[in-house]
Amino acid sequence: MNRISAVFESAKGPILNVYATAGFPHLGDTMTVLEALQEGGADIIEIGMPYSDPVADGETIQQSNQVSLDQGMTVAHLFEQLKDLRVKVQVPVLLMGYINPVLQFGVERFCQKCQEVGVDGLILPDLPMAEYESEYQEIFERYGLYNIFLITPQTADERIRRIDSVSQGFIYMVSSASTTGAKTGISSEQELYFERINQMNLKNPRLIGFGISDRESFLKASASASGAIIGSAFVKLLAHSSHLREDIVTFVRGIKGLK
Amino acid sequence: MALTYQVDDKGYYGEFGGAFIPEMLYPNVEELRTHYLDIIKDPSFQKEFHDLLRDFVGRPTPLFEAKRLSEKYQTQVYLKREDLCHTGAHKVNNTIGQILVAKKLGKNKIVAETGAGQHGVATATVCALMGLECIVYMGAIDIERQAPNVARMRMLGAQVVAAESGSKTLKDATNEAMRHWINHPVDTHYIIGSVVGPHPYPDMVARFQSVISEEIKAQLTEKVGRNYPDYVLACVGGGSNAAGAFYHYLDEARTQLVAAEAAGQGITSGHSAATTFLGKSGVLHGSKSLLMQTEDGQVIEPYSISAGLDYPGIGPMHAHLFKTGRAHFYDITDEEALASALELSQLEGIIPALESAHALAVLPKLQAKSTEIVVINLSGRGDKDLATYQQRLNLV
Repeated sequence: MNRISAVFESAKGPILNVYATAGFPHLGDTMTVLEALQEGGADIIEIGMPYSDPVADGETIQQSNQVSLDQGMTVAHLFEQLKDLRVKVQVPVLLMGYINPVLQFGVERFCQKCQEVGVDGLILPDLPMAEYESEYQEIFERYGLYNIFLITPQTADERIRRIDSVSQGFIYMVSSASTTGAKTGISSEQELYFERINQMNLKNPRLIGFGISDRESFLKASASASGAIIGSAFVKLLAHSSHLREDIVTFVRGIKGLK
Repeated sequence: MALTYQVDDKGYYGEFGGAFIPEMLYPNVEELRTHYLDIIKDPSFQKEFHDLLRDFVGRPTPLFEAKRLSEKYQTQVYLKREDLCHTGAHKVNNTIGQILVAKKLGKNKIVAETGAGQHGVATATVCALMGLECIVYMGAIDIERQAPNVARMRMLGAQVVAAESGSKTLKDATNEAMRHWINHPVDTHYIIGSVVGPHPYPDMVARFQSVISEEIKAQLTEKVGRNYPDYVLACVGGGSNAAGAFYHYLDEARTQLVAAEAAGQGITSGHSAATTFLGKSGVLHGSKSLLMQTEDGQVIEPYSISAGLDYPGIGPMHAHLFKTGRAHFYDITDEEALASALELSQLEGIIPALESAHALAVLPKLQAKSTEIVVINLSGRGDKDLATYQQRLNLV
């Protein structure tokens, strides 16, 4: 079974998925960050593949992407850094990024590498569902990769049902009409939207992302979904951390409410 | 099946095009895709569009026989005078069309990107005309380089926001405009300035700009007794003026389509914007096209003396015209463009925009016969480039 499905089946409390930009704050930090996230209690880890033009991302993640690229990060180098991933990390790992670097690396070769190092799924926000179905699905599935789709408050019910039918693992529910890190906190209007989707009885579980930054927003989001995703708030911590491992472990435990 | 140069029902021109957008933009782009053809084919829309093009923009723009230039190059040169459009370039044809579409869709706010500021000014202008709120994203570096256009946009009531991300130029302004749209999906329409972006933008913008070749056909008939030239020349950054000049000749085999790309300091110099020479297939700003990028798929910041041509991509329609050989592409250096700008000024009394000067610079290379007719799309006027001309042509 794909590690992502296993996590959803065995989870006792809300699932925490944390996003970290690869090669940030320093090029060689990727594995250190992943291990610390696991040690702190993250249930799923999303590794951001840096891109020069990340249109769905706000300032914090953009800047971390640029810093990582300036330090020499590439898709090939990231796979090199992840070659011992499964010796050290057991939680599910997703790669999040934009379609162009994947196209240039070669879609099939990319998927093969993902399987080789033990990546469980992909989040490619600018890969539309129709393209995925016609050009990519067969390849992704051949290498055991889940493709995670996004829905937003503007996504029509009918489209949500279609997305649900082609999704595996979970659906990434964007909490508000925004780029990453643009807003913090959860409004009552958003809670209504979370609950509306919850009532749809989708076949896939949902994780809520965008605007989740602390334990309070994590719990609010998790009340109407299987858990939540923290991205920009964690990248900010990385940018300012002087003791990477300790700071990460403390941060994750704080969100999860662990001592 | 016959080769077609028009967009297909999936939004592709051959292998290029599509709509590679995050889900956050899907409802807006889908709304546009399902409605744009019905809206723009509606007779009342067409009437309002053409009335504004006539009375506000000043169309039709003249087709001018450039006699001294013709004599010099021993051929028959006609200039399509888009430089005489209100606001100084062809960009306004598209912004008039799109603001009418935005109103039909019930949007009351407009966001746009701009490089040199021509599209920003054209957008700010139609927003003032229609009383819609206008936000223009412009690279922080471009804001410094193009101060007069920033002042024009502000005078027209637009809010100009500096794009501080990435390389702080046109591609980053486009990223920021897309991000703004993601954050304001309900009340805002994004007026893209060229034949780029997710489907249906390339097709919609090409349709609005197609008035250029529609007029050329009628004007040529009147002047020379046939409705097609032997060559149509236009510069290509994203490619909106070229799309408009080519549009009604796409299936006219007797007309050669010629595109001029900005080679900057030369295509092997590392300071260039000649996408068809240096790019390969990739995805940027919502469509698959030719793109200047690293081996790792990171977008390369292009260079050209002309701020309107330094875009790392090219519209998917043009990528298809290139790939199929339907259009012939020339790479024109900064120096060649400057020389042609000076030449047109002194032979015909017209100071062209630096972008348009790239199209003019093809003329010496074209080797057209004396019996052949060459139409050059003079996409904009040179006022905005005076500082560059002053410096580079030693006009002190």
